[in-house]
Amino acid sequence: MHVPDGFFNASTSVATGLIAAGAVGFSLQRANRELRETGPALAGLTAAFVFAVQMVNFPVGAGTSGHLLGGALAAALVGPWTAVLVMSTVLLVQGLLFADGGLTALGTNITLMGLITVLVGYFLTRALLKVLPRRVGSVVPAATVGALVSVPVAALAFTGLYSIGGAVDIPLGKLATAMVGWHILVGIGEAVITAAVLSAVVATRPDLVYAARHLQQDLVLVDADGNTSTVSPDRPIAAKPAGRSLGVGIAVTLLVAGGLSLFASAHPDGLEFVGAKLGFEGAAKSSAVAGSPLADYGVHGIGNAQVSGALAGIIGVLVTIVVGLAIAKLASLRTNKAS
Amino acid sequence: MSGPAIQVERLVFAYPDGRQALFGVDFTVERGERVALLGPNGAGKTTLVLHLNGILGSVAGGTGSGRIQIGGTAVHREHLAAIRRKVGLVFQDPDDQLFMPTVRDDVAFGPANLGLRGSELDDRVHEALVQVGMQDHAGLAPHHLSFGQRRRVAVATVLAMRPEVLVLDEPSSNLDPAARRELADILAGLDVTLLMITHDLPYALQLCERSLLMDGGRIVADGKTRDLLGDADLMAGHRLELPYGFDPLSVPGPERA
Amino acid sequence: MSGDGLLVAVDSPVHRVPAQVKLVALFVFVLAVVSTPAAIFWAFGVYAVMLVAAVAVAKVPATVVSRRLAVETPFIVFALLLPFVATGPQVDVLGLHLSQSGVLGAWNVLAKGTLGVIAAILLSATTAPRDLLAGLERLRLPSTLVAILSFMVRYLSVVSDDLHRMRVARESRGYNGGKVGHLKAVAGGVGALFVRSFERGERVHLAMRSRGYTGQMPLLSVSGATRTQWLEGLAISLAAVAIAVAARVVSL
Ligand SMILES: Nc1ncnc2c1ncn2[C@@H]1O[C@H](COP(=O)(O)OP(=O)(O)OP(=O)(O)O)[C@@H](O)[C@H]1O
Ligand SMILES: [Mg+2]
Repeated sequence: MHVPDGFFNASTSVATGLIAAGAVGFSLQRANRELRETGPALAGLTAAFVFAVQMVNFPVGAGTSGHLLGGALAAALVGPWTAVLVMSTVLLVQGLLFADGGLTALGTNITLMGLITVLVGYFLTRALLKVLPRRVGSVVPAATVGALVSVPVAALAFTGLYSIGGAVDIPLGKLATAMVGWHILVGIGEAVITAAVLSAVVATRPDLVYAARHLQQDLVLVDADGNTSTVSPDRPIAAKPAGRSLGVGIAVTLLVAGGLSLFASAHPDGLEFVGAKLGFEGAAKSSAVAGSPLADYGVHGIGNAQVSGALAGIIGVLVTIVVGLAIAKLASLRTNKAS
Repeated sequence: MSGPAIQVERLVFAYPDGRQALFGVDFTVERGERVALLGPNGAGKTTLVLHLNGILGSVAGGTGSGRIQIGGTAVHREHLAAIRRKVGLVFQDPDDQLFMPTVRDDVAFGPANLGLRGSELDDRVHEALVQVGMQDHAGLAPHHLSFGQRRRVAVATVLAMRPEVLVLDEPSSNLDPAARRELADILAGLDVTLLMITHDLPYALQLCERSLLMDGGRIVADGKTRDLLGDADLMAGHRLELPYGFDPLSVPGPERA
Repeated sequence: MSGDGLLVAVDSPVHRVPAQVKLVALFVFVLAVVSTPAAIFWAFGVYAVMLVAAVAVAKVPATVVSRRLAVETPFIVFALLLPFVATGPQVDVLGLHLSQSGVLGAWNVLAKGTLGVIAAILLSATTAPRDLLAGLERLRLPSTLVAILSFMVRYLSVVSDDLHRMRVARESRGYNGGKVGHLKAVAGGVGALFVRSFERGERVHLAMRSRGYTGQMPLLSVSGATRTQWLEGLAISLAAVAIAVAARVVSL
């Protein structure tokens, strides 16, 4: 999803650049305290980790592969504000050193992959932690759902941006459906890796998981004379109570998903010509498209494209949330029985 | 400013994940002494030395209790800057210690934090690199050096701060025999109080007259290195083994040199 | 993979331009390219010629550039799809129904994206990562970000090596699960990798604090750029801006 130079028009790039700059500035301020405690080295190492893991590809289907974005994972591990900085750093290095993602599109890339994935992932995770059993292990199913949802939401945001600043008019309903459909698959890979990473961390160093800091248990200390005492855990930063409900978490997600997608559908260009007469169906069968994600997930029967297209994204995200919630519930039931 | 170089009393510490690593540690090191800290894996040696300049423990907001004094100054929040100037810590893995883009930047990091600037800083960096024989590599990136070279630069980063107490965590590990001997020559030539964690028992005998033996988060023996290494029951009881054919009673140590 | 494998270590006038100048030059150049209307083909030709000249002066081998161009692939695929899926008037090319705006859009994405990628490759091939960091610092990027960046660049190779070693260890134990098994194994390894990376981050921070770090990284020493260096370094970018303005005027 690394957007190159010239993909979106100048005003979109400027607008997302401003959003990204604001988000990074805000995050710098919010992360200041944790960064003073834990040091920039830790954020830098997390960035190096995200970068390295983005190079690990996993199969998605149709002979193609996806890779971890890592926003939701980073948010669960180091907190949302540090995570925004980490993701922005990764994207800056990719753009400057590896020419991956255009420099003028840096703001767009940070907004899509550094901001949206982190915030959606984190707030869903925190919201789910409210309904799951109160222990550190619950962070695994919660963040898994966060990761699963964060990817298609970012894809939807991409579609939204395309409707505003895309150079070429293409049927947005189809773009949304294709992007979201495809990225739900990528999101599953993202969820699996996120779950595995968090399980490993919870098993070995549960104190490292930012999203579950408030769930840590007290420590038992034996002193020089063999006396035992109980003390509260060494927490570098007191975790702030989130004070957000599940509803708020989902609302944030839908706001991003729905807002952008409605914007897309309200945009007059690109929707007027939607329909079979424009030859999309024919093109989809042509060799250039066969085997591509668009071919696999293109919607058929798009007579009602304005509505269905705009809603496709929201529905996709909603379905993902519901399925994710069910999985989380099942997973926590099972771990409850196991322990 | 008086008092022993290092004085530790009743030190207790638990890591944030709940694992307790120190269960009441007591020992004293006098000025100018060279002491080896021995013990099996997981004994708490690294944890202990990280307390000596206040980066672990209750001063750093951690869970624990006890008292530490360095050269008569208590390791306390108000004195942390002074304590860190006095105690130089060389970490087990040089990659942890060399984090700046070049060797020169890295050696300059400590003295720059002490407030040195300009030519004074450059002189200090050069002097430290000369001490470890790495002055020709100042412009290189740390990860382009061999492991032994990185270990030497790691020592230089600490020497550049002119510490009174030098603490090394397994300095001879992963070094080839020549690099190991060169490092011993460097360490033997320094005029500081030395506390050295090591699993390399001949190295301990060569450099340190006295040793502390640690196990299970406590000091279980304290005495002449030669006597500890010669006590077969003590050694076996704490998973310490001498290299094949090595007899601690028949090789020269620092006390004869 | 680490950042410094990207530097083509030769001496050239481009290598000698201070990093902060190159960063500004790159940004201005790409900005000019991006704001040029896609239909003004000659402008892109001139950009390409200027860029190729700069690559030649920098003594960066063409093979290096072409190899690193691979990062663009996903969007080339996207661009090639545009003529088929875009709306608007159609043209027939070799029996295919293509959208006119789609063809222009594909050209737009390909031309601008490729020029941007080559310009960025030129920067990373002629600037050592340390200088790049120092340049960003000079350009007043917040110091916290520069610090995070510098740790990331420093430890990229360490973390990637860890990842590589874990894969070798897995495969040398005869591991060959199916696709799902593979995903699971990779994921488990990645979890261990995070704990390792994070604990290294903690240890590095301890090492920093024990050398007197109190929250402010010392500035990387670099000399400022002179007025001539700025002018020389920005020459191509300023020419690009002139062309972009000209192209805008022409297309009115
Ligand atoms: N960051 C940490 N978090 C939690 N527990 C830790 C941490 N570091 C060490 N421990 C635990 O503390 C105990 C003491 O570890 P320490 O590293 O001090 O041992 P050591 O004597 O240095 O061992 P080695 O010879 O292997 O280096 C061990 O049980 C270890 O698992
Ligand atoms: Mg140790």
